[in-house]
Amino acid sequence: MLAFTLRRAIQAIGVMFAVGIIAFSMFRFAGDPVNQIVSIDTPAAEREAVRKSLGLDDPVPVQFVRYFADAAQFKFGVSYQFRQPVSALLMERMPATLELAICATVFAMVLGILMGVYSALRRDTFLAKLFQAVSLIGISLPTFLIGILLIYLFAVTLGWLPSFGRGEVVRLGWWTTGLLTLSGLKALIMPSITLGLFQMTLIMRLVRAEMLEVLRTDYIRFARARGLTTRAIHFGHALKNTLIPVITVAGLQFGSVIAFSIITETVFQWPGMGLLFVQAVQNVDIPIMAAYLLMVSLIFVTINLVVDILYTVVDPRLRSTVGRAA
Amino acid sequence: MTEPVLSVRNLKVEFASRRGTLRAIDGVSFDIAKGEVLGVVGESGAGKSVTGLSVIGLIDPPGRIAGGEIRLAGLRIDNLPPEELRRVRGKRIGMIFQDPLTSLNPLYRVGDQIVETIRTHLNLSGTAARRRAIDLLAEVGIPAPEKRIDGYPHEFSGGMRQRVVIALAICAEPELIIADEPTTALDVSVQAQIISLIKRLGRDHGTAVMLVTHDMGVIAETSDRVAVMYAGRIAEIGPVQDVVKNPLHPYAKGLMGAIPTLAGEDKRLVQIPGSMPRLSAIPPGCSFNPRCAFAFDRCRVDRPDPLPRGAQSVACHLYDDAAAESVA
Repeated sequence: MLAFTLRRAIQAIGVMFAVGIIAFSMFRFAGDPVNQIVSIDTPAAEREAVRKSLGLDDPVPVQFVRYFADAAQFKFGVSYQFRQPVSALLMERMPATLELAICATVFAMVLGILMGVYSALRRDTFLAKLFQAVSLIGISLPTFLIGILLIYLFAVTLGWLPSFGRGEVVRLGWWTTGLLTLSGLKALIMPSITLGLFQMTLIMRLVRAEMLEVLRTDYIRFARARGLTTRAIHFGHALKNTLIPVITVAGLQFGSVIAFSIITETVFQWPGMGLLFVQAVQNVDIPIMAAYLLMVSLIFVTINLVVDILYTVVDPRLRSTVGRAA
Repeated sequence: MTEPVLSVRNLKVEFASRRGTLRAIDGVSFDIAKGEVLGVVGESGAGKSVTGLSVIGLIDPPGRIAGGEIRLAGLRIDNLPPEELRRVRGKRIGMIFQDPLTSLNPLYRVGDQIVETIRTHLNLSGTAARRRAIDLLAEVGIPAPEKRIDGYPHEFSGGMRQRVVIALAICAEPELIIADEPTTALDVSVQAQIISLIKRLGRDHGTAVMLVTHDMGVIAETSDRVAVMYAGRIAEIGPVQDVVKNPLHPYAKGLMGAIPTLAGEDKRLVQIPGSMPRLSAIPPGCSFNPRCAFAFDRCRVDRPDPLPRGAQSVACHLYDDAAAESVA
């Protein structure tokens, strides 16, 4: 088990190294960063001074090692547009994004699993068919459109919810949270739904399909032959077997929820990392773009690792094969 | 005469399909007495498993019991409300399925699955149920049961898993065990052990056993009586020695002729020409008539009913002396 975790961790470091190379090469191929910092009429001597102060005149391998060593300590250089350390900017924005992503995922998981289980067990009811129809909309409508429609309905027409921003936030150490104020909670609702709707429909359809599959298996038939109650069969035996693939998908989806919160954050002007990234792209602020790339891949890799370990917790068969392989 | 544990009368099971209703079981009747093992044999699709499943009330839609009645120790069970039927399943009727590898939920310890079943049916505390589970595992011949009880199904071999399945089937002391091809998925040496285990449990607890299989060897070794099924009907039923040594129905004769013998003189095994009709294309009259060497006109129009013939009962016009005489 420990060996398994260690091996996966080493693989994860390998992936991060590869991403680091890509992030670093962005500096080399996306134009001369000095031009982004100085103004058009800056004399050549001054440009050289800036170049030297940023270490951009060193040989490429030296720069790479330095970049990597810094990145490992979460130092991503200074933003060209804000003249502030990128890590400070990211840290400031991260709580907003994580809070949004977690709310969206919880919304997606809870509703997705409930709706999926319901539509598998009561396949022929009107409600189950309605869920199926709604899930098609969730899967096919683009995120920004859902966001705009929600804003139009609940912010513009009904005026119940704010159309942008995070509302009031409370500071807890370095973390800022909108979960403790009413306006913060209200501001969370629409972005969470927008961001989580696709995952919710995905999870719902997956749970439904898996559950139907599991209900056809021999051990469910045998459980019925043993006279167990319907509740024990559906929620004890069937649901647990259904959740194995759901864990993978939900885990991986959490990564993409964070990565693709860019669109939702833009629509709702949510002050998170995604919005920061969009602004960085507009201003060719490469340190922020590179750091964002690294952060997102770190999150992805970490989630993958956690999902792999979670598997072995749920499925005893993996526990022993993993043990044997290690 | 005491009441039979299981009494099936004129059972009909139908499956609704796009091309109309298919009748998988058409008027099957049989009894099983306390402590008796009834072997049910036939080709694939003859309706053996469906008969077993309808007794325990596990026919899945679009299938349904369309007629007849099933009585368990006198109590009619084919029309019980689902919740009462559930209480009968596992408690009064135990079921063993074909594939032990897929019969157990892979995510739960075998002990938890046994305890869960025990506590569903018997009013026992957790520790008492666990003790009973260990006893059951010991009874079905699992070595070191107090240790294996905490194992997961994948840690057991196929034969051991079938023993666990049997322990699950008998954990509430059922009056009837339905074993649906319990040895088909096992290798031959393990088959013999499982068969003798089922036989021993039936004898020790006085449990009636309905043993569904296509293996005549298993039937001959285990059963007291045997029912030969063909295309959803019982062609012949009777004491196992009689049916094996002296089969009456042409189909049963063909089946027995197809069993290789060790003492075998060097002769070819008898083969029944053709194959069993599909449910959608059962011929009128006797369903076996297109393949039967003795078929005459009446077989093609008139469906034969079971006729008693000594201890046996056979559904074949060849044995309808009265009718034959009246025709003559």
